[in-house]
Amino acid sequence: MSAKGPNASGADGNGAGSTVTPHTDRTREIRDETVIRFAGDSGDGMQLTGSQFAMESALAGSDIATLPDYPAEIRAPAGTTYGVSAFQVHFGSVDIKTAGDELDVLVAFNPAALKVNLHDLRIGGMVIADESAFTDRNLKKADYESNPLEDDTLAPYQILKLDITRLTEEAVKEFGISSKDARRSRNLWALGLMLWMYGRRRKATVEWLQQKFANKPEIAEANIAALNAGHAFGETAEMPGDVVGYTVAAADVEPGTYRTVTGTETTAWGLVAGAQAAGIGRIFFGSYPITPASPLLHVMAQLAEYGVVTFQAEDEIAAMCSTIGAAFAGALGVTSSSGAGVALKTEAIGLAVGTELPVVIVNAQRAGPSTGMPTKTEQSDLLQAVHGRHGDSPLPVIAANSPADCFEVAIEAVRLATKYMTPVMLLSDAYLANAAEPWAIPNVDQLPEFPVRFRTDPEGFQPFLRDPETLARAWALPGTPGLEHRIGGLERNAETGDISYDPDNHERMTKLRAAKIAGIADDIPPQGVEIGNDSGAMAVVGWGSTYGPLYQGVRRAREEGLEVSHIHLRYLNPFPRNLEALLKGFDRVLVPEVNNGQLVTLLRSQFMIPAEGLNKVRGQPFKIAEIAEAIRSRMG
Amino acid sequence: MATITEPPLKPKDFESDQEVRWCPGCGDYAILKAIQRALAELGEKRENTVFVSGIGCASRFPYYMSTYGFHTIHGRAPAIATGIKLANPKLDVWVVSGDGDGLSIGGNHTLHVLRRNVDLQICLFNNEIYGLTKGQYSPTSKQGTTSPSSPMGSLEQPISACAFALGVGARFVARSVDTLQKHLVPTLKRAKEHHGASFVEIFQNCIVFNDGAFSDFTERDIAPDRQIHVEHGQPLLFGAEKQKGLRIKPGSLQLEVVDVGEGGVSVDDLLVHDETDRNLARLLVDMEPPDFPVALGVIYCDPAPAYEDQVTARVDGACCGDLNELLRKGRTWSV
Repeated sequence: MSAKGPNASGADGNGAGSTVTPHTDRTREIRDETVIRFAGDSGDGMQLTGSQFAMESALAGSDIATLPDYPAEIRAPAGTTYGVSAFQVHFGSVDIKTAGDELDVLVAFNPAALKVNLHDLRIGGMVIADESAFTDRNLKKADYESNPLEDDTLAPYQILKLDITRLTEEAVKEFGISSKDARRSRNLWALGLMLWMYGRRRKATVEWLQQKFANKPEIAEANIAALNAGHAFGETAEMPGDVVGYTVAAADVEPGTYRTVTGTETTAWGLVAGAQAAGIGRIFFGSYPITPASPLLHVMAQLAEYGVVTFQAEDEIAAMCSTIGAAFAGALGVTSSSGAGVALKTEAIGLAVGTELPVVIVNAQRAGPSTGMPTKTEQSDLLQAVHGRHGDSPLPVIAANSPADCFEVAIEAVRLATKYMTPVMLLSDAYLANAAEPWAIPNVDQLPEFPVRFRTDPEGFQPFLRDPETLARAWALPGTPGLEHRIGGLERNAETGDISYDPDNHERMTKLRAAKIAGIADDIPPQGVEIGNDSGAMAVVGWGSTYGPLYQGVRRAREEGLEVSHIHLRYLNPFPRNLEALLKGFDRVLVPEVNNGQLVTLLRSQFMIPAEGLNKVRGQPFKIAEIAEAIRSRMG
Repeated sequence: MATITEPPLKPKDFESDQEVRWCPGCGDYAILKAIQRALAELGEKRENTVFVSGIGCASRFPYYMSTYGFHTIHGRAPAIATGIKLANPKLDVWVVSGDGDGLSIGGNHTLHVLRRNVDLQICLFNNEIYGLTKGQYSPTSKQGTTSPSSPMGSLEQPISACAFALGVGARFVARSVDTLQKHLVPTLKRAKEHHGASFVEIFQNCIVFNDGAFSDFTERDIAPDRQIHVEHGQPLLFGAEKQKGLRIKPGSLQLEVVDVGEGGVSVDDLLVHDETDRNLARLLVDMEPPDFPVALGVIYCDPAPAYEDQVTARVDGACCGDLNELLRKGRTWSV
């Protein structure tokens, strides 16, 4: 989401986020942007609290970005550091492209949450802690020898110790709910306080609670009471003298209708929009549950009225194979997984390459290898996507760079799959799948169409005759009289599709399969530059979800006078036609990736350029400061 | 309006133009003929019929049919066939598999396609050996099978295909033999007529790597005493003169073979085949020579709703949403 206007300082995250403009009244100071993280036990409702705060901020006109961070354990033992769940919200009146480098405010619901998250809080930032949760037992679980709220652990920060548990219990006691239920409303009390602190309304949250607990009105009322009590606590100046409220102006954004979306939602909707653009009535979505891809299965399962058949297969292999079968029979075949699951699908993907059937494979990448860190993000399946199959089996690989971008990229995946009769790999990741940002809702009636033409005419039909321009074979569906044919994994005659072991034919087919995919380079936009000139001292080249930090990092470096440009790739195989010439116009090419060096390997091998990697493999996105510093240290 | 009725297709009309390349004398030839005959007798259309196979000798099958066909990858035919049926339930889809394809590498998919009850005919050609890879023992090989990968004899206990199918919830389980054309064709037709997953195990002789694997019940002179052709509603009789029968051994839950007319046993004392009785089916599929005859025919048939019908009813019933509305559902704001 782009921001323009007087407030668009370009600051994003880091300490810059705490820019203080002289306050206009006694109790409210102005903030351009702020980063808040809610952290607690995985059962404390942190994801809901954070996303509700993000929603209220978006409704108030802020630009936002969010970063959920949750443990792999469903219900880890309470109070442990490995059971901490967190949700970060970055919001402001300026152009927000990342979830923020450093925290301005950390809301900690127990000692473990403080322990795990404190290192991300900027010096001078605020800790809001529920002091009643800092019991000896909880302190011990978090490995604190003494209470950090009492000793000098938090000396570099501003501390707001509140007995949130007691305040919540008092607020809800009139509803006669159990003390356990009362305690569970703590997060709403804290949310109420934070909404007050940043001048947000509570209306959307109240409505959401009424809807969520429609069958348990007393729980809804108790939660609303807790929310209001937290808000009133700030409003009625029960706060310590140095704690004030803030005003965050609305961001200057393009006119339109907005909503917040995760990459999971936009991917699902993009697939539906793509199928509609292709004129295909049936989408077949075959998948097997795997973190962090499962949410896409859940969203697709709700889309029956858009012609989506979801199939929870018995394993990853069956998910891929059923998708191929559905494509053979005329549906848009889509499957999703994460890297380890894609590995299981690999043999079948080879079949889709060989039989030239249109399927889309969505890979929500996570930290690997093997089970790795399933809930943590990484970009380490790029080489798997481009090269990770048996035989010479090329396929297009494209990547989304933000939750909003997933919509367009999903449509593009459908276009390429159906136009070129090929499996397409769509790379997303754990961050994109879960992170939320505002999205200008498009009018799908205005999206370009690319209708498929199923072959029906038996005259001259051969299953592997190709369109001379795209090199795609015809899509001829079972059920069509006169087009009966057989396809399979065995090498096939370049025209008839009959089994062929002929050496010339195999070489011809191998070259044809390669040429078909390589030719897609003529059907995609030339590579542009996100920010900066199209030649110069340094290009920072990225792909996927690193878009935000790369863009802002380059912008910051340019503000410091460094001659650097940001180039971000959507098309990873084939690369855009002009990419080689574009990159050769720069003295240096720096390739930041959340992996150990994969795009950099492709660029070096394809273009013979001395591209240099900048690699982070910590299960977390890049920070803007890391990118800016990497540029500075090479150019300064 | 006059309608043009096309003449019904003959078995030969289901042959493709491809040269059949199984070993001379392979049981697969007979099965190919039987399926072509069954399709013709059922009045099936080429364009509505799809054969899906995995990998193995049997899996070459689709290339020899003039219908639609998909020769896929090892063990995965049931999954691909499921996708085809879910995309277009009107197609008539046959899965051709073997003992290695369907019970070893693809065992998981065989399990799930049966329990889901996808409307497919699943023909498992069981030759108790890996033929295409040159003769290794398979999951149905008898214990002690000597092969290149088991030079001292295989140690593994074989799986019973039909017991497996019943165990995972198949609603139609039948058995036949490659050489019994008069038995195989009607059995395949019953499989086709059953709506839901139909599992048919076909004992198929591999003349090169496992010749005679089934001779202990298929040799002409002993077959009548070693096979029982079960028919719904008929007493379980066998033998050249139908002089033998099956009954529940008194005081047990086991079958026993009795001689009709001896020891006061009459036909009325025998079990009558009830193909909807899963318990009886379990007893029948477990019978092995020499103590018992091998049960052939439709051993179990108890229809249940087909998976793809239920899935598509839900999706078609939900039609037709407006994507613009969906994108604007929930909380939105305007700038």
